[in-house]
Amino acid sequence: MSFSVTEPTRIEKWVAGVLVVVYAVVTLLPLIWIIGTGFKSPSDAIAYPPKVVFDPTLEGYVNLFTSRARLTPDALEELGPPETWYDRITRQYDMVITGPSLYGERFLNSVFIGFGSTFLSVFLGTLAAYAFSRFKVPLKDDLMFFILSTRMMPPIAVAIPIFLMFRQLGLSDTHLGMILLYTAVNLSLSVWLLKGFIDEIPVEYEEAALIDGYTRFQAFYKVVLPQATTGIASTAIFCLIFAWNEYAFAVLLTSGTAQTAPPFIPTIIGVGKDWPAVAAGATLFLLPVMVFTILLRKHLLRGITFGAVRK
Amino acid sequence: MAEIVIRNLRKEFGSFTAVQESNFTVADGEFFMLLGPSGCGKTTTLRMIAGLELPTSGQILLDGEDVARKRASARDIAFVFQMFALYPHMNVRKNIAYPLLSQGMGRKETRRKVEEVAGILGITPILDRPVGGLSSGDRQRVALGRAIVREPKAFLMDEPLGALDAEFREHMAEELRALHDRMGATTVYVTHDQLEAMQMGDKIVVMNHGVVEQWGTPQEIYDRPASLFVANFIGSPPMNFLRFEATLEPGATRAHLSGVDIPIPRLETGVSGRQLVLGVRPEHVHLGTDGPYRGEVIATEYLGTTQIVTLTTANGTIRVRAPSGQPVRVGETPSLTFNTATLSLFDAGSGQAMKVDRAAARAAMREQAHG
Repeated sequence: MSFSVTEPTRIEKWVAGVLVVVYAVVTLLPLIWIIGTGFKSPSDAIAYPPKVVFDPTLEGYVNLFTSRARLTPDALEELGPPETWYDRITRQYDMVITGPSLYGERFLNSVFIGFGSTFLSVFLGTLAAYAFSRFKVPLKDDLMFFILSTRMMPPIAVAIPIFLMFRQLGLSDTHLGMILLYTAVNLSLSVWLLKGFIDEIPVEYEEAALIDGYTRFQAFYKVVLPQATTGIASTAIFCLIFAWNEYAFAVLLTSGTAQTAPPFIPTIIGVGKDWPAVAAGATLFLLPVMVFTILLRKHLLRGITFGAVRK
Repeated sequence: MAEIVIRNLRKEFGSFTAVQESNFTVADGEFFMLLGPSGCGKTTTLRMIAGLELPTSGQILLDGEDVARKRASARDIAFVFQMFALYPHMNVRKNIAYPLLSQGMGRKETRRKVEEVAGILGITPILDRPVGGLSSGDRQRVALGRAIVREPKAFLMDEPLGALDAEFREHMAEELRALHDRMGATTVYVTHDQLEAMQMGDKIVVMNHGVVEQWGTPQEIYDRPASLFVANFIGSPPMNFLRFEATLEPGATRAHLSGVDIPIPRLETGVSGRQLVLGVRPEHVHLGTDGPYRGEVIATEYLGTTQIVTLTTANGTIRVRAPSGQPVRVGETPSLTFNTATLSLFDAGSGQAMKVDRAAARAAMREQAHG
């Protein structure tokens, strides 16, 4: 690659600026739309032409976290005036809150399954990648290709056999089943990514540790792991994003106890066409991955450009 | 400190033999050089001594105990890598303390030892710096510190000066040798630089294609190369080779080269009708005006106090180190006389040196000088 040493001209700067703005609008607009819809009232949410300026309300969020029942005006009269701000919101529709919704539970399922499978993928991937990188493994190239080949088809192509297997093994709608499934899908990515990172760590460090009186495993976790953190962090982000956003298997294999948020959120619409609640659920669902990615941002950037400049 | 005996050591990688049955002994406290071109098996040999490679066969005796199949961590040997291999996620102090940590040494004792070593190496001011920003000389010192802090039985060094600038190398070589003399530790040092080997080593092993070509002191290797390879590898410019065919009786003291009788050291065994090579160092040739053996000057290189004169003779090209004051011009045909006691004879077929009696030649020359 060659780099220009001259300053960009005014037109070049202008064109670049416009392109960046267009790209930002294209990627950010749906996101802004979802976040905005979460604060609209149901009628504003489906208004045509769409309302850009509206009165923000927390109705969507209240509906997201609660289950409600419609009462007759007489029964409402008996209850007396609403006591809290969220009671007041639901009373507008002649409804009272009867309890929490399932969203919190489904959200925790997502957290548990997403982070669990990410941890397992990265843990197993690191060990496998280290072995492939450092040891004489028989048929190493063939094994590596086989691992890669599991990604050559979309995972959903094997949905039916997996559905039958899960039913047979009693893994349907269990946390363990979903963690194992997402780990299986992510492991190939994790092994390949991490092998690249570990290959870049000179073997002399471990040899130095071996001579300094450490065992092979001590050398691995005291010398190799600290240097592989960049790779481990970026691999973890990729694994988490997949497991977090996965929809098709979650719809197929979970329905109750282990259901994750993605298949649950659309069911919120119900009969009332409660789009603000759906948008609120989606907005909150975005947060953990966003926070996780921002926390590991530095590593991710370094991870993407890793190996591009050295040697 | 320890004596290292290498006995019939052999290493194969698949069908490739990296090291063939090698034998040599590193005496206690010796600064020992493993010298050879790249790919000759010197680093593999060193790694086998360290325990980073498992020998195919043979023994490595460390103070009489065979350690060839022991784990590296159980051998009590320190290794200095070419790229230093300082742990990048630790600072200087932690790097040096790391070998002590594995021995379970107490915190106070570790601190004292690290500071003592830092004092010896002159790196006390940088002890708490990260290793990332260090100069190559300081990295080198930290790597040495990590090696000496544990007071191991022996030090192994794999071209430790290879990563340094030429200017700084000289300085580090002196520092290294001074450190060795101070500690008296058995050291095995791998290098491809014959000057470095001659300058620093007590003993040198010259290797080529996995074979130990010669094992001896720098002077032995320079004066009496055991093979054409060693003669060509050591010295700059290397030894000249004059090829000729001859039948020589045991005890012969003269050889015929292109019809000229040249005195040689007394041969101990005879040869008949073989291709031979007469080896002569550039500094052991005298350019003169009278004498039967002549060459034509084709080039001269001025080197300050000396000059290198290249001549063609009937037996091949020869380079001579002459005083730069001696007037030599291209096209002239001066006579060449050789310092008989320093001549070597090789069998061109096997490449091995032939046994000669240099003492007799030296005595004869002395007599000539006095008479």
